[in-house]
Amino acid sequence: MKISWTLFSTRRCTAILCALALLALPRTSGAATPPARAPEAAPVILIQNATILTVSHGTIEHGSVLIKDGKIAEVGTSIKAPKDAQVFDAAGQYVIPGIVDCHSHIAVDGSVNEGSISVSSIVNIAEVLNPDDINIYRDLAGGVTVANVLHGSANSIGGQTVVIKLRWGQPAAKLPFEGALPGIKFALGENPKRSNFSIPGGTPRYPTTRMGVEETIRAAFTEARDYQQAWAEYDKRSAAGDKNAVAPRRDLRLDPLVEVLQGKRYVHAHCYREDEILMLLRVAKEFGFKVRTLQHVLEGYKVADEIAAAGAGASTFSDWWAYKVEAYDAIPYNAALMTHRGVIVSVNSDDAEEATHLNQEAAKTIKYGGLTHDEALKLVTINPAIQLGIDNRVGSIDVGKDADLVIYNHDPLSAYAVVQKTLIDGRVYFDRQRDISERAGLEKEKKALTAKEKKAGEKKPDATIEMGKRPGAKPDEKKSEDKPKPQGDAVTGGAL
Amino acid sequence: MRSVLERRCLFTLAFFVILLALLASAPRGVAQGGEPQYFAIRGARVVPVSGPPVENATVVVARGIITAIGKDVAIPPDAWIIEGKGLTVYPGLFDAFTDVGIPAAAAGPGAGESTGPRRGGEVTSRGPEDRPSTTPWRSAADEVSFSDKRVESWRNGGFTTVVSSPKGGMLPGQAAVLDLGGERASDMVVKTPVAIPLSFQPGGGFGNFPGSLMGALAYIHQVLIDTDWTAHAQAAYEKNPKGVSRPRYDRTEAVLGEALEDHALVLIPANNSVQLRRALVLADAWQVDSWDMDCVIYGGQMAYEVAPEIAERKIPVLVNLKWAEAEKDADPDDEPSLRTLRFRDKAPSSPAALAKAGVKFGFYSGGITAPKDILKAAKKSIDAGLAPDAALRALTLSPAEIYGVADRLGSIESGKIANLVVADGDLFEEKTKIKLVFVDGRRYEIHEPEKPKDPPKGNMTGKWKLSYTTPEGAEESTLDVEMAADGSLSGTTTSKRGTTTIISGYLSGDKFSYTINIPIEGNATDVVFSGTFDGTTLKGSIDVLGYSIEFTGVKPTANSSNTAASVTRSQIKNDSHVAGGAL
Repeated sequence: MKISWTLFSTRRCTAILCALALLALPRTSGAATPPARAPEAAPVILIQNATILTVSHGTIEHGSVLIKDGKIAEVGTSIKAPKDAQVFDAAGQYVIPGIVDCHSHIAVDGSVNEGSISVSSIVNIAEVLNPDDINIYRDLAGGVTVANVLHGSANSIGGQTVVIKLRWGQPAAKLPFEGALPGIKFALGENPKRSNFSIPGGTPRYPTTRMGVEETIRAAFTEARDYQQAWAEYDKRSAAGDKNAVAPRRDLRLDPLVEVLQGKRYVHAHCYREDEILMLLRVAKEFGFKVRTLQHVLEGYKVADEIAAAGAGASTFSDWWAYKVEAYDAIPYNAALMTHRGVIVSVNSDDAEEATHLNQEAAKTIKYGGLTHDEALKLVTINPAIQLGIDNRVGSIDVGKDADLVIYNHDPLSAYAVVQKTLIDGRVYFDRQRDISERAGLEKEKKALTAKEKKAGEKKPDATIEMGKRPGAKPDEKKSEDKPKPQGDAVTGGAL
Repeated sequence: MRSVLERRCLFTLAFFVILLALLASAPRGVAQGGEPQYFAIRGARVVPVSGPPVENATVVVARGIITAIGKDVAIPPDAWIIEGKGLTVYPGLFDAFTDVGIPAAAAGPGAGESTGPRRGGEVTSRGPEDRPSTTPWRSAADEVSFSDKRVESWRNGGFTTVVSSPKGGMLPGQAAVLDLGGERASDMVVKTPVAIPLSFQPGGGFGNFPGSLMGALAYIHQVLIDTDWTAHAQAAYEKNPKGVSRPRYDRTEAVLGEALEDHALVLIPANNSVQLRRALVLADAWQVDSWDMDCVIYGGQMAYEVAPEIAERKIPVLVNLKWAEAEKDADPDDEPSLRTLRFRDKAPSSPAALAKAGVKFGFYSGGITAPKDILKAAKKSIDAGLAPDAALRALTLSPAEIYGVADRLGSIESGKIANLVVADGDLFEEKTKIKLVFVDGRRYEIHEPEKPKDPPKGNMTGKWKLSYTTPEGAEESTLDVEMAADGSLSGTTTSKRGTTTIISGYLSGDKFSYTINIPIEGNATDVVFSGTFDGTTLKGSIDVLGYSIEFTGVKPTANSSNTAASVTRSQIKNDSHVAGGAL
């Protein structure tokens, strides 16, 4: 649960309540366990007798998927199990490509917002990935295999972002989706102008209007263009053998903006209203970069043609609206309407709990807007994969793609669907049966450790002042499920 | 016309000032015994750490230096001879990362503060250029002072050497190797600077940059880039200033560049496995052109998961000996997660894992406040699989090697600084007593803390509300005390100005006495509480700097008895948060 980036809207509060409810439960269940083992070498696996929803080429009844070396080797109806293969008999079950969540804030150590400044492109989510975040496991249990981990929305230009695979149990370095372009978060509207978050007595942070948000983005890219030019000049001079040339000072804030100008980094822009959406598309055109995705984009249905023409993707909520003033015009038909106008649309979570049932979120578009079963499923599989530029690797069940697969006991767009297994790169990262069977053992271990502590603690020196705890001497950061520890403030003795 | 009370206040103030002046002029830290220069410890078991222990050996100390060690060595005729029979001589212990020796009064800006521009009286930081929470010019060597009582208590616990650093902020200052003895504060400095400790505590929230962990990381990276760039740009400018705008002067860059030029280590905080792996990445990512940055990790308590990876990167680790434990007054409804339980259980096995993987590591006291607990904590790592000699090495020679002072410190070898600990047994045995400590060849005798003479009458354990009247008016404070069976007292006192630990105390018969040490005008000052305990109340006087005031103490919960556990808990929480009154 990330309260820190929270925007204190109704939506957010609901999410917090849900997350709290979830947190309370798994204390005693297997879900709250530390990362188990990461699956070892990729086994040969045959999933058979399943209903396979390929997303790219229809549904295969009584179908099989053969997995080798972490990739989908064969898809069809009559695949024989190789000798060394593990066989998953999925009779009556459904297989879909792993769910891709285009807007996530899981697996981040510390705040997801560097909220102090209006252009926080200096920070990078990739540097603070936390592979031990229990939300990775919970989202896996909801069929999510890929998440676009974004910085928060407190800044006109936010921090650098990263696409990860939910490889629970692996170290942080193994999470990023290999080859996926990095991104950067933008935000428009109420959040970056801090209209709801003024600190009493504090100086308001610029900007405080939508005009100011536009100006902030424009100013940052003007600066980035100058910076890019200074480097170009330096490169030219030093190539010409000018020994007096001094390289410009490397600026970690401007580097990612230059990458945006060069098309090496995707822009994911948080937005609500039609006017600000059009504003950003204009600014991007002026500076010659593309907006890769519009996030939330709740009024996108009003300007779907313009979005489609700009080639931007739209990643929206299913049916959340009116939780703040800029969400008053939101309608649950948004995803369907934009789809019908030719926009690549995805449905995202923006929330660790929401991500556990993105399949249901996608299903809502069948009711609201009349999308087909296939179109609905695309909203959480191939479409977000296209938006993140990883559709050559994931998003559908096709030979040669990564074996990122989810096995459900029912049609995934049904409210009865429960994830049985989630595979990433052909390895089983979530297995419902295994989870259930391991709970007793974990509970036993917990009891034993508690008893051991109690016994050792019967005669224990007092742990009163923790002087090292202040500035990083005890670099133990908060874990959401841990009780916040009292900060030893009285460091070196009190005073008279 | 002034009131009587006002005059009394003035008188008291004047009295304090005179007393402080007297105290300040008195010589401090002078070793006992008229400063002999030559010593010989004869017939002791000597554990040099650099080699195997020698039985029945002699160690000769001359003018602060170890000059001889062995079975048949000549003892200088004017040497003060110490009969070492039954005693063991160790190298002085080395606390590899602390702030011992740096008085609290010298503290710089806290983690939440900024050295950036002031706007309307507020200190704000709007980006890396404002250099928030950054004071690398602060130097432990300049701030070290005997007024920090821990210099003495650490030394009494066998620690002759520490690496100390100023605290507060992301780049708090420069650490120095200090010997805990001498006549003047500057005598303590062995080498400076030896390290630039980093902290990733952002503290800025939404108001100040940085307000997040990722912000702190980006900030430090940018500072290193800036420091490197300025070094290059300045050199280029000196060569050819014509037509080029001059590089800016920045105090942070200037001192940081100089320290890196001096090969000061960069200390990176990392305790759990995620942080440790992240630190390994940062140690590479943050390298700059101008200097080879040698990084060291401090924390290291989850190294049991990451040791081989650390070994691969060849980065030394300073292990924090303040092991995580269950909270004393933890809410029983708030169960720790299995992950937390596993961590608490396995953390002490980290040193053994590091040793097995071949990582160089040293121990540091972390949050431990009593030096005897440092050895107890080290013993825990022995119980968790670390060889005892490896544990001893982590408290002596290994930190000396990590900080590049093994040529003068860390072991008992001829030619090294005479820092020695003489104990009546194995250092890691709880009943072992430290008899003597040598720092730079100065002999310090260790006095046992005062012990109660009579068995205690009653039990003082519990929370007390103390009331008294200072020249400033009526005040209250809380005493949270635990009494051992022999009457020894331990615990804390909390006033509106903070919490402080009881240094020593006892209840002997119905007479109690306990001492705390607090900074008064920058000087660490003993405050003694003594009086009688009649079973339900405390009555007595508070003595400080020769001035005495009366106080009484009652147990606030004594009357309400055990109504409901939850009520008691919330009261305790209130107490610890609000903490009214002084002393």
